[in-house]
Amino acid sequence: MALDDRKSQFTFVGTSPDRPDGLDKVTGRAKYGADAYAPGMLHGAILRSPHAHARIVKIDTSKAEAHKDVKAVVTRADFAKVPFKPGLEGEFWNVLENVMAGDKALYDGHAVAAVAATSALSARDALKLIDVEYEVLPHVTDVDKAMAPDAPVIREGAADYSVPEGMHPNVVRYHESGHGDVEAGFAEADLVIEDRFVTEATHQGYIEPHACLASLGNDGKGELWCTTQGHWIAQKTCAALLGIETAQLRVSASEIGGGFGGKTTVFIEPVALALSRKANRPVKIVMTRSEVFRATGPTSSASMDVKIGMKKDGTISAAQGVFRLQGGAFPGAPGDLTAMCAFAPYNLTNVKQTGYDVMSNRPKQAAYRAPGAPMAAFAVESVIDEMCNELGLDPVEVRLKNAAHEGTKASFGPRYERIGLVETLEAAKAHPHYSAPLKPGQGRGISCGFWFNHGGETSVSLALSEDGSAQLMVGTPDIGGSRASMALMAAEVLGIPYENIRVTIADTATLGYNDVSHGSRVTYASGLATIKAAHHAVEKLCERAAAKWGIPVDAVKWENGCAVPSGSNAGDFDPMPLADITADMGSTGGPISGHFEATPEGAGVSFGTHIVDAEVDPETGKTSITRYTVIQDAGKAIHPSYVEGQFQGGAAQGIGWALNEEYVYGEDGRLQNSIFLDYRVPVASDLPMIDTVIVEVPNPGHPFGVRGVGETGIVPPLAAIANAVSNAAGVRMRQLPMSPPRILAALKGNG
Amino acid sequence: MDYHSPANFAEASALASKATGITRFLAGGTDVLVQLRSELVTPDTLIDIKKIDGVRDITRNADGSWTLGVAVTGAEMSEHPDLGNDWPGLVEAMDLIGSTQVQGRATLTGNLCNGSPAADSVPAMIAAGATVTVTGPKGDREVAVEDIPTGPGKTALTKGEVVSAVNIPSRGESGGDAYLRFIPRTEMDIAVVGVGVNLRLEGDEITEARVSLGAVAPTVLLVEDCANAIIGTSLDGEALEALAAGATAACNPIDDKRGTIEFRTEVAGVLAKRAAKIAYARAKGEQA
Amino acid sequence: MSKFHVTTQVNGDEVEFLCDPRETLLDCLRDKLNLTGAKEGCGTGDCGACSVSVDGRLVCSCLMLGVEAEGKTIETVEGLADGEVLHPLQQKFIERAALQCGICTPGILVAAKALLEKNPDPTEEETRYWLAGNLCRCTGYDKIIRAVMETAAEMREAS
Repeated sequence: MALDDRKSQFTFVGTSPDRPDGLDKVTGRAKYGADAYAPGMLHGAILRSPHAHARIVKIDTSKAEAHKDVKAVVTRADFAKVPFKPGLEGEFWNVLENVMAGDKALYDGHAVAAVAATSALSARDALKLIDVEYEVLPHVTDVDKAMAPDAPVIREGAADYSVPEGMHPNVVRYHESGHGDVEAGFAEADLVIEDRFVTEATHQGYIEPHACLASLGNDGKGELWCTTQGHWIAQKTCAALLGIETAQLRVSASEIGGGFGGKTTVFIEPVALALSRKANRPVKIVMTRSEVFRATGPTSSASMDVKIGMKKDGTISAAQGVFRLQGGAFPGAPGDLTAMCAFAPYNLTNVKQTGYDVMSNRPKQAAYRAPGAPMAAFAVESVIDEMCNELGLDPVEVRLKNAAHEGTKASFGPRYERIGLVETLEAAKAHPHYSAPLKPGQGRGISCGFWFNHGGETSVSLALSEDGSAQLMVGTPDIGGSRASMALMAAEVLGIPYENIRVTIADTATLGYNDVSHGSRVTYASGLATIKAAHHAVEKLCERAAAKWGIPVDAVKWENGCAVPSGSNAGDFDPMPLADITADMGSTGGPISGHFEATPEGAGVSFGTHIVDAEVDPETGKTSITRYTVIQDAGKAIHPSYVEGQFQGGAAQGIGWALNEEYVYGEDGRLQNSIFLDYRVPVASDLPMIDTVIVEVPNPGHPFGVRGVGETGIVPPLAAIANAVSNAAGVRMRQLPMSPPRILAALKGNG
Repeated sequence: MDYHSPANFAEASALASKATGITRFLAGGTDVLVQLRSELVTPDTLIDIKKIDGVRDITRNADGSWTLGVAVTGAEMSEHPDLGNDWPGLVEAMDLIGSTQVQGRATLTGNLCNGSPAADSVPAMIAAGATVTVTGPKGDREVAVEDIPTGPGKTALTKGEVVSAVNIPSRGESGGDAYLRFIPRTEMDIAVVGVGVNLRLEGDEITEARVSLGAVAPTVLLVEDCANAIIGTSLDGEALEALAAGATAACNPIDDKRGTIEFRTEVAGVLAKRAAKIAYARAKGEQA
Repeated sequence: MSKFHVTTQVNGDEVEFLCDPRETLLDCLRDKLNLTGAKEGCGTGDCGACSVSVDGRLVCSCLMLGVEAEGKTIETVEGLADGEVLHPLQQKFIERAALQCGICTPGILVAAKALLEKNPDPTEEETRYWLAGNLCRCTGYDKIIRAVMETAAEMREAS
């Protein structure tokens, strides 16, 4: 894409004004998923399997249907017939099977039936009246056990073409990549370390449970309000699952109370639509927290083997990794992404990575901030730390020595364009944190992290008003302040004040297709589209000014919010402000708008380096994080405060993942900790202030140099904390979470 | 579910005696509502005891002992000007439960009657030698706190009986108490191990002691071996090791999502030592 | 199952509603009074998104029954501002980017206001422990803690 509008000097971009939705959110009037109401609305509730794996022999809904408050009951029979296909090809089938079980319940919490009633209490009461006869089957929830020859098969025929012959049917996708000759590289090494690492599944833990309000008639026309990271994917998927036309379902995104990747698909929405169609009334469904944990999409769990060869001077001579990711009862675990990210920060001659996507009797995994990358970094960066310790080398220097830079052939194939890894490492080295003395009992860890970032399908529309204000419609739900960033970028191009721009998250009926708010793509892709749409409007503004002045359009340029003659030859006219042009636009050619629709491809990969200090109580194994610094390349920070917020949030989630968060399954295959009491996300008193350094190495693929910042921040923490804890405790921790019982067991030598 | 808010304990007891199905008393509700919401326990009869006169009172009796109404919240205990001077360990134990928000509702009595072996205030109450007054169809009886829990979620209260007051002994001279618990985070967790220690000194020597362990057995334990390990000592290193050994030996924990048998057993000893040191310093009149 | 008639005061207004005894105060605020500022993040008192003040005491409205609200004085996030003038905490949270998704914000504001009323000069540690029952998954708490402490400092100067 031609980037003739590249900019490096900014008026609005790089400032941190108040967010446009701030007042609504501090006064409680912002409307989230569960805050909607419709006349005649019913409340839905979903019956869920108590078994990890069971054949559904019979469902008797007659007693529930007879309940006086119940208006509809649905089971799988009430959905469209969607054909089964292997792997991710059959994604609609996979989603349907996940939102309402077919022949088998595949995990504890799998939906088997649903009711709509006149009150939420009645709906819940009615669930107890549904009789389901199950034939309990053997189950498996652990990734290594799920790959073993005797493991119960979750579903025959789910594997796609990539899987080598002879593997267990639970292995459904396979990835292998790399370059060079790793065996030759290991032979050159002065030190080779190979270790096994294990991580448990974690949940995104957004505070807002899934919620929706659906309305669908037998005319095939519907309305859906839901909390989602992407309402077009919700539209497309729900339409397919209900057997209606996509365009006939209008989906509006509510304010979203956190997603982190977990709200990129649908769970309750198709069910609410099916209930609504059957009852012919609007139906609202709000998940409980327990349902969120049991039946939405946590991360994969992983088992990984990493082998690295290093020379005495710190040069990595070869690197190899095997990454097995358990993704629940459906294909989709990011074994490929994990493998591809594992060694991405380094300039390696010999590298090989293998990834497995493995099914088990758990809920279908969903994305969680840089899906797959944190686990890989945990394994790889831990081994590098061990090697630095053993060879007596500085961990930042070793990473600098091996760091990828512009032109490096990435471990996953392509050559990097301009990237900022070295800059983050130099900033780490220079940061006072890195040289600050440690107290007894404390350890320091560092880690690098990589994420691809993503562009994706994007549509933006911008319309000018007569008074010179602008309304901007974007299609990527605003999770962390992106409306502010969009307004800043539009203001930068139009040259009008930030406050004069209103940004709306448009519904599916009022804007073209938009991919999900994921892949750290919003500020990059919707931002790029906003800039392009604003330029499109500026072109028209210049045309109108040219016509008014009676000069050719190419003799007019746009400067500081005004049309001006492009040079002295063009004529002598006073600058014409935007509002002067829009004031009579109705009579000078009609409304002035700008549009942009495309799939930007230049997202620009992202790197970060984290420094963390941890203190371990040797008598109890309890860890406290005493200092934390995030350094990450943002390309260009549009709204620096919210960029810092992304860095801090990623680090905090990483701290939770590293220390205490985990899915705990019992022998019976049921989730043991489906409330926040026992799924332990960090609370305010657990954390220190989180220091941030924004590095800006402009992304050549964005007019203002933006790189997405949402995901990379969760990649380094697991390893950085593991390194800090291992250095503090004097024993290497290779399993997450590093909960006190695990650390104490390791300290006592029986871990 | 029927909801009642009786005006006195006799009426509360009568309601409970007559009720069929599952009956729960509602004090702070921080356990009852969680169980209700998760459909773990949906009572048929819910008896709210907060409208009974005096249930929010904290009273210091003439002999120096304390009587606490059953609806006194953790926040009210922490804010009381004198209670925490006498029984800092007990007040801190209560204060450890849940968040600021939970403190605004949660009560000692609720924590006790919920029957959790991991209840934070219970080891502290047992160490303090607290009793509860139980009102039943046959009148009132006074029961030692350690005799109330009989197993996870179970109590010695019989049908129609309701706890109507908490009685805490006079602090007396040269005494100190402490409660410590282990949780993986800094707040908001259920105790993985809890230890309450209450002791009295003559000079440097411990003359009386009560040590109670939580979350290491089906009920909160009062461990005499631990008390004996430190009585007659000035809490020297040997006494501390004996105390830890006693605590470890008393443990009969389970492996669960919150901790392993090995971890609980080990940490019970560690916390017993730490809590005893704090109680000892308090008995000496030192800041701890 | 008969319903209970409850009369209570919310943000200065006397209100009435009918509720099933199983319904929580949060259910009643949201579904009967249309005060959807308080959020249900967990239903178990672990996240604090439903924080309100009852008779001056900070509580989780998911851990209190609607019937228990009879005769009480309740304040929610909707009552924080004074007419069109935002509470200093509300203003500061906007200025300091102390919210990302904003779902925890109503509860945190109500809780932080209760803190500053009790302790106008909290330390960072006191602030963090007071707010430990208010989960935020987006911010890592850094900007929230800074905003609360900065507001406290400004309110002290102003008084």
